[in-house]
Amino acid sequence: MPRLRAWFSRLLGLFQKNKRDAEMAEEMQAHLDLLIERNIAAGMLPHEARNAALRQFGGVEQTKEIAREQRVWRWADEFLQDLRFGARMLFRNPGFSILAILCLTLGIGTNAAALSWIEGILIRPYPLVAHQDRMFAFIGTTRGVEGHNGLSYPDFLDFEKNSTLFESFIVDRIMGTSLSVGDRAEWASGGIVSANYFDALGVRPILGRGFRPEEGTGRNAHPVTVISYRTWKDRYDFDPNIIGRTQYLNGVQHTIIGVAPEKFHGTFVGYSFSFWVPTSMQETFDTTGYKLEDRGARWIEGYAFLKPGVTRQQGQAELNSIAQRLEHDFPETNRGHEVQLVPLWKTPFNGAGNMSPTLAITMAVVFLVLLIACANVSNLLLARSLLRRHEMTMRLALGAGRRRLIKQLVTEGLLLSIIAAAGGIAVAYWCRNALVLAFPSPVPGVVIDFPGQIDWRVLLVSAGICILSTLVFALVPAIHASHVDLSGALKSDGGGVVSGSSRSRLRSTLVLVQVSLSFVLLAGTGLLLESLAKIQNANPGFSTDAIACPISLFSAGYKLDRAKSFQTELLDRVRTLPGVESATFARVIPFSYNVFSSSSIEVDGYQPPPNQQPTVDYVQVAEDYFATLGIPIVSGREFTRTDDENAPPIAIVNETMAAKYWPGKNAVGQRVKVTDRWLEIVGIAKNSNYRTKLEPTMPFLYVPLRQNWGVQNTLLVRTRETPGALLNALSREVHALDANLAPRMPSRMQEQVDEMSYSQRLAVTLVAVFGTMALFLAAIGLYAVMSYSVSQGTRELGLRMALGADAGSVLRLVLSRGLRLTTAGIALGAIAALVLTRLMGNLLYQVSPRDPIAYGFALLVLLGVALLACFLPARRATRVDPVSALRV
Amino acid sequence: MAKEKPDLVYGTLDMLILKALQHDPRHGLAIADRIQQMSQDILHVEQGSLYPALYRLEAQGWIKAEWGVSNNNRKARYYKLTATGRKQLSAEEEHWLRITKGIDLVLAGG
Repeated sequence: MPRLRAWFSRLLGLFQKNKRDAEMAEEMQAHLDLLIERNIAAGMLPHEARNAALRQFGGVEQTKEIAREQRVWRWADEFLQDLRFGARMLFRNPGFSILAILCLTLGIGTNAAALSWIEGILIRPYPLVAHQDRMFAFIGTTRGVEGHNGLSYPDFLDFEKNSTLFESFIVDRIMGTSLSVGDRAEWASGGIVSANYFDALGVRPILGRGFRPEEGTGRNAHPVTVISYRTWKDRYDFDPNIIGRTQYLNGVQHTIIGVAPEKFHGTFVGYSFSFWVPTSMQETFDTTGYKLEDRGARWIEGYAFLKPGVTRQQGQAELNSIAQRLEHDFPETNRGHEVQLVPLWKTPFNGAGNMSPTLAITMAVVFLVLLIACANVSNLLLARSLLRRHEMTMRLALGAGRRRLIKQLVTEGLLLSIIAAAGGIAVAYWCRNALVLAFPSPVPGVVIDFPGQIDWRVLLVSAGICILSTLVFALVPAIHASHVDLSGALKSDGGGVVSGSSRSRLRSTLVLVQVSLSFVLLAGTGLLLESLAKIQNANPGFSTDAIACPISLFSAGYKLDRAKSFQTELLDRVRTLPGVESATFARVIPFSYNVFSSSSIEVDGYQPPPNQQPTVDYVQVAEDYFATLGIPIVSGREFTRTDDENAPPIAIVNETMAAKYWPGKNAVGQRVKVTDRWLEIVGIAKNSNYRTKLEPTMPFLYVPLRQNWGVQNTLLVRTRETPGALLNALSREVHALDANLAPRMPSRMQEQVDEMSYSQRLAVTLVAVFGTMALFLAAIGLYAVMSYSVSQGTRELGLRMALGADAGSVLRLVLSRGLRLTTAGIALGAIAALVLTRLMGNLLYQVSPRDPIAYGFALLVLLGVALLACFLPARRATRVDPVSALRV
Repeated sequence: MAKEKPDLVYGTLDMLILKALQHDPRHGLAIADRIQQMSQDILHVEQGSLYPALYRLEAQGWIKAEWGVSNNNRKARYYKLTATGRKQLSAEEEHWLRITKGIDLVLAGG
C-alpha cells in the first residue's frame, strides 16, 4: 500500500512538476526567513543575519535539485533518454529503419484493419443504434432440427406482450423491391419493420417522423415509408419538401414520412437499406402471400433488446416459458417450435453469420503476417546489434548494467513499433471500407455495406499488439546483445567464422524460425484456398445454367385466377421459343432470400420423439421443374401437366426425407400429411442445396404448383440462348399476353448461388491478398537473412578461395548450408503445421487438415524462395576478390 | 545524491526525522532543532539533506505535509507522522537497537 502510494505520488510529481517546484521554493524560503529572524533575535544586523542564514542553509538550488531527485520518476527520465538515443539511431540508419517500419506497418496495419472489420461487422455493426450490447438476434428453431427459421407475426406479438425482461422487440425483414421515380424504375433493398423500429433503436429521423404504433397493423392499410439518407440524396437531391411526397414501391403508392440519419444503414449486415415500411404492408412486398394472421408462417427476422442488467440466459429462460405456453395453446402450428436469442455476431439471417468464420480466418492469417513481420524485424535488429557489438561492449565495459542495455534496445524497438502502429492505424483507417471493393453490388441500386469501425477498443487492442510484437522482435536480439564476451569483443569487429560461434548459431535459429513460420502460413493458406475453391466448385445439386426470370404479377395487381391463366399461357408460349429445352415455375427458387413454405407433417407409421413435431420445408413447383434444374429423380416420376386441381394430391420428397420417414422402405406410394392434406408420394428427388452450399442436408418436399397456385412465381428456363436473348423473346411473349407488363432482367442460377456465397468469395479474396503479403514478407526476410549470413562469411570465403577453392565449390558450400537450414526449417514447420492446422478443422470444407497438395505447395514455394535467396548472395561470394576479402 | 554529513550515520536520518515527529507536527527548521536538542547538540542536520529526506518520506507516505502558521506568525509547512510512518518508526528503532547491540558486542570483544 505505501509502495503504491509512493508510486502514485511520484507519478503525480511527474505531471505537477511546476506546482511542486513552486511549493518547494516557498517552503525553503520560509525556512530561510525563520533562520534570519532567529539570527536577528540573537542580535545580528539584518544583512548579516541574512548572509549567516544562507550560509547555514547551504546551497538552496543544490538542495532543490537533490530534493527533486527524490520524487521524479527516475525510470521515466531514463526512458526519455533512451527514446532520444533511439530516435538518433533510427535517423542514422534510414534504410534499416524504413524497412523495419514498413514490415511492422504491414503487420500491425493488417491486424488493425481486420480488428476494425470485426468491430464494425460483428461486434457493433449498426452505427447510431443505441445499446448494441443488449441487442440480440431473435430467431426461431425447431426441436431436433439444425438451422434456424423465422417467427410468425402472431407469435412475435405474443412474445412482445408476455415478456417482462425485455425492453423491446423489433421486426426487420429484408426485401428487394422496385422503386420507381417518374418513368425510372430501379431495384432497391429495404426492410419490413415493426412500427416501434426507429424508437427501439434510438434512431431519430432527421426529417419527418418514424412509424406510429397504429401503422404496424391493418392489412396493407398504411402505405407509408421512411427513406434512407442516401435515397434522399441520390433520388431526391436533398429535396427539403420531401415529407408528404409519394413514391411507388412495388407498384403501390407510398407516402414518405421520414428521412433516416446519414449514418444509419438499417440493421442488416451486408446491405445498406434504401427504405423501410411498416409490417402492415407485408403482403405488398412479400411474394409469398399475406402472413400477418398466420401463426404457421414463419417469416420474421428480428431483434430483442434486454432490459439493463438482465443476462441472455435469463431472457432466454423467459422466452422458453412463453414458447412452451404457445406450444400448448397452438399445438397445430407451434409444436416443436422454440426461439433463441443469439449474439449479434452470430446472427444467422444476415451477413454476420456468414462473415464470422471468414473474419476468423482473416484474423488468423493477419496474425501470422504479423509474426513473420516480427521475425523479419527481429532478424534486422539482430544483424544490426551484431554491427553495434562494439558500442555495446564499450558501454558494458564502462559500467552500464545489462538490464539498462536491454531496456535501451527494447525502447528502440518500441520506438519502431509505435511509428509502425501509427502508420498501421492510418492504413486500417483507409482500408476500413475496403471490404466492399471485393463485392461489386449484384444489382444496380442495391448498396452493399461492410463497414470497418475504428474506435477505442480497436485502438487499445492495436496498442496491445504493438507492445506484444515489440517484445517478440526486440527482446531476443537485446538479450543476445547484452551477453557480449567482454574480453574478446573489444577487439575490432570483422568478418566472422562460418560455423561454431554462438552468433551464427543464433542466425541459423532465426532462419529456422522464419522458414518454419512461413511454412505454417503457406500450408494454412493453401488449405483455406483449397477448401474455398471446393466450396466455389461444389455442385449445389442442380444445374446452375438454368435462367431465372422474375415476373412481378402481384405488384401489377393480378389476382389468383388471372395469374393462373397468365402463367399457364406464358409457360406454353415459352416452351415453343427457339433454343428453349424446358421451362417451369417455382414459388421460391433455390438460393434466394425468400423463405420456403414450412409445414408440420404426419407420416403413416412414423412415431416422432416425444415433444417433437416433425416439420418440413416445401416448395410449389410446376411440371418439368426437375428437368429444368437438372435434379435427378432417383425413383418414381416427376410432376406432369395433368397433376392439377382435378388429380389426386401428390408430392415428391428428397432422399433425406425418404430415408428419415420410410427407412428401409420405398417411399414412393406412401402417404404424408402436409397442411392438413394427405399427399401421395410419387417420386424421390436427389438431394440438393436449397439455401446455401454449407447447409446440413435436410428433409425437403415438393408439391405441384397446379395443385397449389399462387400469384407470384419465378419462371425458370433451360435454354441454349443467353439471358439477354431470352429477355427479348420473353418480353415479346409477356407483352402479347399483357401490354402493361414487362419482365425484369433474367439471370442464371449461378449468379443467385454466387450472391448467396459472397462470404466464401470474400474469404478467398482476403486470404489470397494477405497470404501473398505474408509470402512476400517471408521471402524478403529469408533473402535478407541468407544474404546477410553469406556476406558475414565473406572473409572466410575469401580465405578458402585464396587457398585454392574454385568458384563452383564455394557456390556449393554456400548453397548446401542454406538448403540444409531451409530443409530443417521446413521439417519443423511441417510438424508445427500438422498440429496447428487441426485447429482450423471447422473452417475447412471437405479438405483434410493434412492435405498433401497444400503441404506440397508450401514446400515447393519455400524451396524456390530459399534457393533464390541463397543463390544470389552465393554467386556474389564467388566473385569476391580474395585479396580484398582478406584485407578487411 | 547521498549528501548526509559524516556526523550522521548513513541511513539514520529518516529514522531521526520520524522520531522528531513522534509527538507533534513540526516544520523543517523545527525538526532540525528538535534533533539537535534531543541529541544534546551532538547531531546537526544540514538543510541540504533534510529536505530531500522529507520529500522522500512524504513520497513513501510515512509523513504528511500541511501548510500552517508558526509560533511567530509565519507561514510554514508542517510535517505530521502518518499511521504507517509510526509503524515504520518502531520497526526502524527495533532494527537500530539490534544493530548497535551487535556493534557494541564486537567492540567490547576487542
